[in-house]
Amino acid sequence: MGLILELMVQKSSSRFAGAGRLLIVVYGILALAAAGRSMVQILTRFEVAPLAYSLSALAAVVYIVATIALTRTSARWYRIAWATIGFEFVGVLVVGLLSVFDPVLFPSNTVWSYFGFGYVFIPLVLPVLGMLWLYRRRPASTVSKQLPDAAATEQR
Amino acid sequence: MIEWFSFAQIAVAVLAGIVCLVAGLAGRTPADLTLGLTLLVEVLLIVQLVVSLVAPAVGNVATGSVLEFFVYLVSAVLVPPLAALWALVERTRWSTVILGIASLAVAVMLYRMNTIWFIQTA
Repeated sequence: MGLILELMVQKSSSRFAGAGRLLIVVYGILALAAAGRSMVQILTRFEVAPLAYSLSALAAVVYIVATIALTRTSARWYRIAWATIGFEFVGVLVVGLLSVFDPVLFPSNTVWSYFGFGYVFIPLVLPVLGMLWLYRRRPASTVSKQLPDAAATEQR
Repeated sequence: MIEWFSFAQIAVAVLAGIVCLVAGLAGRTPADLTLGLTLLVEVLLIVQLVVSLVAPAVGNVATGSVLEFFVYLVSAVLVPPLAALWALVERTRWSTVILGIASLAVAVMLYRMNTIWFIQTA
């Protein structure tokens, strides 16, 4: 609850504007889904697929950090956002491929199995949208002079 | 879970989701209709919570994982209030879209709960 209120106080911040809110909300829901599911998996049947379920838990933590990072504006959180979203993208690609070619390693569904099939491929699409978003919202220090109105356009 | 009730609930959540999405994308800020639909989705979730707690006592037992079921249900109960709180504080079209996404997410979670209760075997 505190986090949500904090989010709303920051509503004028540059990366927390317009359609970016949707990205944050969808990330939040995916983080909730991944965290809930991996908690159940680890509590009830960890021994069945330790690797897949550990990875599920790691993915959940990364989604939570990415959600928080997307709401922040400092250069440090910006880098954290890139790192976590990049990690997710690599994760969904690697685990997606592994689950197709070596189902024995991933006998059970995780967020990333079959490229996020169980989550209507949202885990595959979301990091791409996230990275596009981050690229467009990069801090002023790294933006060259040719895009002076990018921030203003997004304030709508 | 009661089968007809959970299907009706999924239908309401999908409908609420679509109405809010359309209203938001059409530029409407959160209003009585969109917030009311979100409230309806939440009320039905609370009814579902009571039903699911009472059902096993009258012989209506989940075939799948009860823990998994309640993780979904408790998460789902939290989603509409957070979206509505957001909509009340920040009155932009995007908050209406967020109400829609919240209801659609609830619909998906309800579908999963349905599968766990009626189809999945523990």
